[in-house]
Parts: sequence; C-alpha cells; structure tokens
Amino acid sequence: MASQILRRVLRSRSVEQISTALIESPNSIGFISSPVRTISTSASSTQPIRATLFPGDGIGPEIADSVKQVFNAAEVPIEWEEHFVGDKVDPRTESFLTWESLESVRRNRVGLKGPMATPIGKGHRSLNLTLRKELGLYANVRPCYSLPGYRTRYDDVNLVTIRENTEGEYSGLEHQVVRGVVESLKIITRQASLRVAEYAFHYAKTHGRQKVSAIHKANIMRKTDGLFLKCCREVAEKYPEITYEEVIIDNCCMMLVKNPTLFDVLVMPNLYGDIISDLCAGLIGGLGLTPSCNIGEGGIALAEAVHGSAPDIAGKNLANPTALLLSSVAMLRHLELHDKADQIHDAILKTIADGKYRTVDLGGTSSTTDFTKAVCNNL
Amino acid sequence: MARRTLPILKQLLHSSRGSSSDHLIARLGLSCLESKRTVTYMPRPGDGAPRAVTLVPGDGIGPLVTGAVEQVMEAMHAPVYFERYEVHGDMTKVPQEVIDSIRKNKVCLKGGLATPVGGGVSSLNVQLRKELDLYASLVNCFNLPGLPTRHENVDIVVIRENTEGEYSGLEHEVVPGVVESLKVITKFCSERIAKYAFEYAYLNNRKKVTAVHKANIMKLADGLFLESCREVATKYPGIKYNEIIVDNCCMQLVSKPEQFDVMVTPNLYGNLVANTAAGIAGGTGVMPGGNVGADHAIFEQGASAGNVGNEKLVQQKKANPVALLLSSAMMLRHLQFPSFADRLETAVKRVISEEKYRTKDLGGGSTTQEVVDAVIANLD
Repeated sequence: MASQILRRVLRSRSVEQISTALIESPNSIGFISSPVRTISTSASSTQPIRATLFPGDGIGPEIADSVKQVFNAAEVPIEWEEHFVGDKVDPRTESFLTWESLESVRRNRVGLKGPMATPIGKGHRSLNLTLRKELGLYANVRPCYSLPGYRTRYDDVNLVTIRENTEGEYSGLEHQVVRGVVESLKIITRQASLRVAEYAFHYAKTHGRQKVSAIHKANIMRKTDGLFLKCCREVAEKYPEITYEEVIIDNCCMMLVKNPTLFDVLVMPNLYGDIISDLCAGLIGGLGLTPSCNIGEGGIALAEAVHGSAPDIAGKNLANPTALLLSSVAMLRHLELHDKADQIHDAILKTIADGKYRTVDLGGTSSTTDFTKAVCNNL
Repeated sequence: MARRTLPILKQLLHSSRGSSSDHLIARLGLSCLESKRTVTYMPRPGDGAPRAVTLVPGDGIGPLVTGAVEQVMEAMHAPVYFERYEVHGDMTKVPQEVIDSIRKNKVCLKGGLATPVGGGVSSLNVQLRKELDLYASLVNCFNLPGLPTRHENVDIVVIRENTEGEYSGLEHEVVPGVVESLKVITKFCSERIAKYAFEYAYLNNRKKVTAVHKANIMKLADGLFLESCREVATKYPGIKYNEIIVDNCCMQLVSKPEQFDVMVTPNLYGNLVANTAAGIAGGTGVMPGGNVGADHAIFEQGASAGNVGNEKLVQQKKANPVALLLSSAMMLRHLQFPSFADRLETAVKRVISEEKYRTKDLGGGSTTQEVVDAVIANLD
C-alpha cells in the first residue's frame, strides 16, 4: 500500500511535467499518451532498467496490462515507457510510428511490442517493416516448447527457430518483365548470413543448447543457399562444442511433423524461417501461445507477440495474455535477469498446467484478469 | 451363390481353429465381395497388348524398390514390360537415350536420384522435368487403414507447379558476398497448373481446391499466380475455391489437416506442403505420386524427402516399397488398366492393415523382400 501512495505522489508530480516531446496526441483512437510511470522498487536496490512498451491495437492494451501486473507482482526492476501508434504519418519515419518511439527503443535497447494492426492504405510503410528497417532487426527468435497441461498432438516439442529477418526472398524487389512474366529477386549476402549464424551459435551457447541445424535448399538453389551454408559452416568452426548439421528443408518439414524432438536450434534464411517458425508454432498450439523476440544491431531486443490484434474480442477481457507474457520472459532472459525470468515462466506454466484458470481460446472460461491474478498468485 | 455359402463357410471355420481363422475369414470375405464387382471398363480391341515402360532404378534404395515393383508386376502378369536404363545422380545430364526412350514410351517409372548438395551438378530430377515439360507434380497423402498416425481423416492431394518459380536455376553473384536468385512466375505456367488442378478435382469428384501463396509479401509474383487460379475457378462453379497463405497453411496442416482437399501451389511451397502433408499422413515411405505433362508422365515416390534413403537402409535391404508400389498402381490406371491397379492397391492396403510385414519407417522390422512377398501372396 505504501507503494501505491508513492506512485500517486509521483504521478501527480509528473503530470505537471508532461513532456511535449512525447507523441502528437493520437486522439481519434482514444488512447491517451500516458506520462512516464515509475514502478517503485522498494525491495531491490538495482537501478531499474528502462524498457519501451508498445501496447498495440485491439487486445494489445489488455495484455500489456497483464504483463505490467505480473512484473509488478514479481518485483522486476523494469521501468516501462509506453508508446502508442499515432494516426498521422510521421514524415521522419514514413509510417504511423513516430520518431520518438523509435528513439526510445534505440535508447533503452529493449522493448516489448503487442499486436499492431497495419492500417490499409498507401503512402506509408507497414509498421513491422518500419521497425525492422529502422532498428536493424536482423534475427527473429522463436522458442517453441510444449506447454505442460495444454495437450496438442505433439507433447515433446522443445526447439528454437532463428530466422534471418532482413533479406532473402522478402527483399520486395519484383518487377514485370513483359506482360504475364514476373520476376522476384531473392538476395543472400555474406554479411547478413554471418550475422544471423553468429547470433544463432551465441544463443545456443548461452542457453545451453547442444545442436544447431541450418535449413536450406542448396541442392536446387546452389549459389544462394550455398552461400548461407558456407557462412554457417564458418561460424560453426568457432564453436566446436556445439553440434552442427545441415538439413534440406523438405526433409526438415517431414521430420518436424513426424518427430520434433530431433531438432534443437534451427537457423534459416527468411522465407524458410517464416514457414518453419509458423509450423513449429502450430505444433505447440498456435500463435496465441508462442513467444517471439527480434534481435537488432547493437544488442537491441524487441520482444513481441506474433498473434493478431483480434479486434472482435478487444476490450472484453477475454484475451489470452500468454504469448505476450512468454515474450516478456524472453526479454528478461536477454537482459540476463534469469532468476526473475524463471520465476515468471514457472508461474505461467503452473497456471496453465493447473487448468483452473484458462482463457477461452484454450478451452476454459476465465477472463484475462483472472488468468493474470492466478499467475501472480503462483509466483 | 457366394452370399449363401459365406455364412456356412464362416461357421465351419469358426468351429475349427482359433484366431488365425479370423484372418482367413476376413480375407475370404473380402475376396468374395470383391469378385462380385461388376466390370464397367470396356477396352478397345487390342488394348491388352503389353505396353513398354521406361524404368530408371536410380540411386540408393531406388534399385531395391524398383526391383520390388518388377516382381509384383510379373506376379500379376500385368501387360507392361520394363526397359531399364541406368541413371545416377552424379551424371552431369540425363543420357539422351533415356530421354528418347521416355519420349517413345510416354510413361516412366523412376526411383530416386540423389542430388549433390551445394554446388557442382544441377539436379537431374529438375532437368528431366524441364526437358519433358512435366509441369504438374502430384502427391496424394492419405491415412492408410491400420497405420496409426497423430492425425486422422487426412486425404490431401498436392498439385505443384513443376517447372518455374524458385527453381528456375537462375542465380549469379553480383559482387563477392552478394548472391541473387531469380524467382520467375509466368501467367502461362500458372494458368495451366490451375487448369490441371481443377480438372483433376472435377474428374476425381473432389470438392475443394485451395491455392497456397505468399502474396502479402511477394505481391506481383504470387499475385499473378493467384489471379490465374481465380480465373480458372470461375469456370468450375461446382468446386469450392479458397486461398491460404503458406505459413498459415503449414500451421493448419499440423493442427487441422482434414480441412484440405486439393491444394495447388507454385514450386517451392509445393515441395514444403507436400512433404509436410506426407509426414502427417504416414511418412514418405507410403505416399504415391507422379509428374505429368501434356505428352509424358513419370511416376515416382510421392514426397521427395529422403527418397534416396541412406546407406544403412540399402545395406540391410529394409527400404519401404509401398510408395513406389502405389505409384505404379497410379501408372497402371494412367495406362488404362484399372483392374490391375485395383488389385495391386487392395493387396498393398491389406498388407499394411495386417501389420505383420512392415518396414522400419512404419514401426516394423521386415525387409523389402518380405513385404513384396506378402503383397504377392495377397494378390487375387
């Protein structure tokens, strides 16, 4: 209770100091840009780490609230800076994301992003594309593991997919050669492949993983995927304690659906990564339960929930916050706050395993707030 | 007469032995019922003359499984004879005599050809398909009765464009360290694969065709593919048509595969989707498939992953011949010998459901020869 009084005092003080440097008010959506809030950390003595939070659209704000509650209850030393997507295109970023939001992520080096619905129309870049290009997010990491207590047809999945996020088939370079003939360019560079391979092996080492598999189609696309494989092999030599193997992608798909335990860490170029990471998400129960983290240049980490914004259940307190919670755990691990990460992770798993408080999409009847309270209780 | 003797026979056999009689009864019952099948296929005079089929054993387990097919065809006295040609994955190109033979015979049965990874020789499989313009690759993935898998009610046919797309082989190094690969999509190829897919659905009484794409990212290329599919869909109003993005498709395949019927895809996605579907329905060892063009057809194991097997399988002779046997049944139908095809398929399905003779990938321990003998014994 003392912390609540402290919070109120601080808030009333900072209200007078609302920085005009914050967002041009996005009024039409109804979100008010909130002042910077400080979570009192009376127990810990560590300097609170600042992190940017993008609640997003639709169910975003509800699940972001969930995360804040759980972090509060676990006394995680994180200070959130909330930013919202505006409704005017910012000319400095050519999208609805403002320059301030991006600067905030660059400064804080960590962020958490909820689902964002890209508005349809021309004259602006998609939000995900803006984030990726401006922050140089080159690797997308998705840990996929079966949640005990939520049974799918596959109960023993435990793998991590690391996908190169900047080039490959998604370079967007297409053109019509003549009427009825279209060409699309797939670009693979040594620099990007080395970067993502380095990150993959580094991740495997720091998280105690034994094997890294590179997924490719170099028997057909010999030069492009051949270059990717060469880079992976080079990096593999620097980590002799980690087993390295190469698997052709059709073989990989088949093995994944027959026996997912064969894989540990998977590293792949953009398109294959997209498909395989969604396949793995399907194995464990869908996008509503899958965490994801984007790694950028200079150690920036932006954890995100990859599911959609679900506008039909927005505001009804029915959303499942698991994906965003697990992504925030991934963010904590990146910040090396392993004990807090484990605490929250175990609490989430225990809540789902108990089966008493499950949201509608998992087959239960609880609301978002009930689920969050259960997780806090299980800490 | 069979209808009256069947219950009497059952009684006689029940009183004699134990559980082995059930098998016997089931087989007798099945065969009695099948011999009552009315013959509706009326051949033209002279259709029974033996047809020549090019046989390419290939690498790895290829010779083993094609040998199995030859044995079964002999046992059935099927009106086909094989012309063998040796082709191996490390040849630079397919020998001209093989291509001439296929052009003459119009039909070929092939084991897997190994493709060296990462450089050197271009894939011979792709070469064959481009030379003979086999533009449609078909894989039929279905649950076999008696073979338990994690998913039930799977019956998917994946029709994949076989000549262009990501496999155009047009790559070059722009500057050292930067490589480009071209993905080419043409209206002509997209239209003809869409037409083939809808025609297949129409002729085989399939209800739904799903186009798999990634047009939200590759707007022009996959957009062109989708446009062609939509145009063809309007000409078949009785068949439902929908579209699905490839990553969502893989997710749905793993959780709810019963929603898919016929799927039409460009080259690369087709490879992935076909192998995923084969994996969920029982593995690459049992899925039949083929490549077909306007003039020629090559039948081979459906899903391409691991169709050359590995060293151990070859040495121990434990490769699974079921996929190639079912593909050869497809070939017999293509050659218009439907009753031979039916007999072969029934025999194979019976062997699988009996669970006694199964190779390692299906959970058993039999060798290829044992499975072949069981199939021959089950032919009626």
